[in-house]
Amino acid sequence: MASIELKNITKTFEKHDVIKDLNLTIEDGKFTVLVGPSGCGKTTLLRMIAGLDPQTSGQVLVGGKDVSKTAPGQRGIAMVFQNYAIYPTMSVRENIEFGLKNNKVPKAERIELVESISETVGLKDYLDRKPSTLSGGQRQRVALARAMVKKPSVFLMDEPLSNLDAKLRVQMRIELIELHKKLGTTFVYVTHDQVEAMSMADKIVLMNKGVIQQEAPPEVMYHTPSNQFTAQFIGVPPMNITYVREKQLTFGFRPESAAIGRSPQQGLVQTSGEIITREMLGSETIYQIKTPLDTFMIKSIDDQYRVNETVYVSLPEEKIHFFDDQEKRIAQDSSLYLDKIQALRGQYYG
Amino acid sequence: MTKSMHIVKLSIGYLLKLLLVTVFIFPFLWMISTSLQTFKETLAFPPTMVPAVPQFINYVTAWQSGPFLTYFSNSAIITISIIVIQMLVLIPAAYGFAKYKFKGSSFLFSLVLLAFMIPGQVTFIPVYLMMSDWGIGRTLLPQIIPFMTNAFGIFLLRQYLMQVPEELIEAARLDNASEFKILWKIMIPMSKPALATIALFSFVSHWNDYFWPLVMTDSAAVRPLTVGISMLRETEGISNWHVIMAGNVILVIPILIVYLFCSKQIVKAFVYSGIK
Repeated sequence: MASIELKNITKTFEKHDVIKDLNLTIEDGKFTVLVGPSGCGKTTLLRMIAGLDPQTSGQVLVGGKDVSKTAPGQRGIAMVFQNYAIYPTMSVRENIEFGLKNNKVPKAERIELVESISETVGLKDYLDRKPSTLSGGQRQRVALARAMVKKPSVFLMDEPLSNLDAKLRVQMRIELIELHKKLGTTFVYVTHDQVEAMSMADKIVLMNKGVIQQEAPPEVMYHTPSNQFTAQFIGVPPMNITYVREKQLTFGFRPESAAIGRSPQQGLVQTSGEIITREMLGSETIYQIKTPLDTFMIKSIDDQYRVNETVYVSLPEEKIHFFDDQEKRIAQDSSLYLDKIQALRGQYYG
Repeated sequence: MTKSMHIVKLSIGYLLKLLLVTVFIFPFLWMISTSLQTFKETLAFPPTMVPAVPQFINYVTAWQSGPFLTYFSNSAIITISIIVIQMLVLIPAAYGFAKYKFKGSSFLFSLVLLAFMIPGQVTFIPVYLMMSDWGIGRTLLPQIIPFMTNAFGIFLLRQYLMQVPEELIEAARLDNASEFKILWKIMIPMSKPALATIALFSFVSHWNDYFWPLVMTDSAAVRPLTVGISMLRETEGISNWHVIMAGNVILVIPILIVYLFCSKQIVKAFVYSGIK
């Protein structure tokens, strides 16, 4: 087990700074998810921790020890790749054993470790099979077993579930959460899928264009996003954000925060609009509603409204977020926030 | 109607294939047939395809008409040495070109391709002079040294290795494997089909090589089979085709044996798509 510290990390590709002066501490034993759109630098960050593409400048510390100059194989790190990267000519057993052999673990111990790990991931009957005869999910397990057997202090995972079908992905998500609980090791998980991030993370690190936008547990990130990017990246559909020209302010609200109905209702902001699209998802329905303010996505447990129908939309005061000129969210205890509330109060946009 | 059309189409296809096979296999059958005929039969017109009594004695005659055991072992030593040395050179070279980024790598690779394009006939005089300068004319070395590297092999293996996902190497590095171990335990086993193809091509071209040993050798002690068989013709006044063909069959047999062992791997090399 170990914490990871990145100090003043810069990574340059062909004279172009992909990551500049980044600082991040990943807590010991936590499940940390690096998330962001593609090209945001999350995989670059992971590969720097692994030592596969070392940083241009700055330090990487694992368990308090500077590993900036240590070879990948000696950092006490294991990594699971998106395409699993299983050695195709070796059997499952040889795949799992390879790292142990290189680390000169005695044979008897090796056999014992391989047996117990393969039991854990449910590969016991497949030890002598070649990877080409395994299904996607089984290959994923081989990759996991190969990482686990080395008893690393840190697990790195680079979009390990993205090659699996939707059903298996959900199942593996739960298995990974259980695995983390059982091992208690530091997990660093990279994904572009915010649902994966929300469902698995103890802490989410959200990145964009090589800069960390916010580090927080999922619920904190959801309820108090630090800026517009975070507010719109996390959550499906994303937060509705609109600029009110006459008041010169930007406010936002989550799709499920608005109430809709056939008659006007209580709320700080009230408006009405026409339903343009309707997505019935089962337990809830998502309506796209065109109002004089903007077009909003609104999620409701009520599925009785139809396309082309005009409905009233109201937003409760406590569910509204305000953003400043720099797209940062304005804290609810600041005076600026109260000013904005006053400006919006009692307006009807219809 | 459509069914009979289909049959006609199919038959034409088979006929064309049969024709093609005949074109390729006929000289081969002709060689075997001639090797079993009497001298008289070889001169008969119209030519006979099936000998009246198979003359296996021709093989004995061919084998005894010169130091054939020496020729054979020379051929074997030369060909095997060439393949082993080529593998030692081309595997690291191809791996380097495929998987390492270093300054001048594309320039060096284009030099390799250039070497691939220069015909041996252009370089044989300077190489001959160099070899005689070194005073190794009486050994097998002049038939081995010029072929220590194999530009085609480097090219083929490089293309093959370039398809291997980078993550495999990275996973091995994280598994604390040395660069040599990555090459030996992961890359080489994965490239078996390509290596078999390269080895077979190399084997065929050097086992059958006639021009180079003809230039480089001046005594029976260092001659390979190809040159030895051509000597059969020169020892007699008239061409003993039946004996020459028996010699040729002896020459070809090892190639057939090697091909039987490698054919599966060779097919694999050309259809390789990798494990995803």
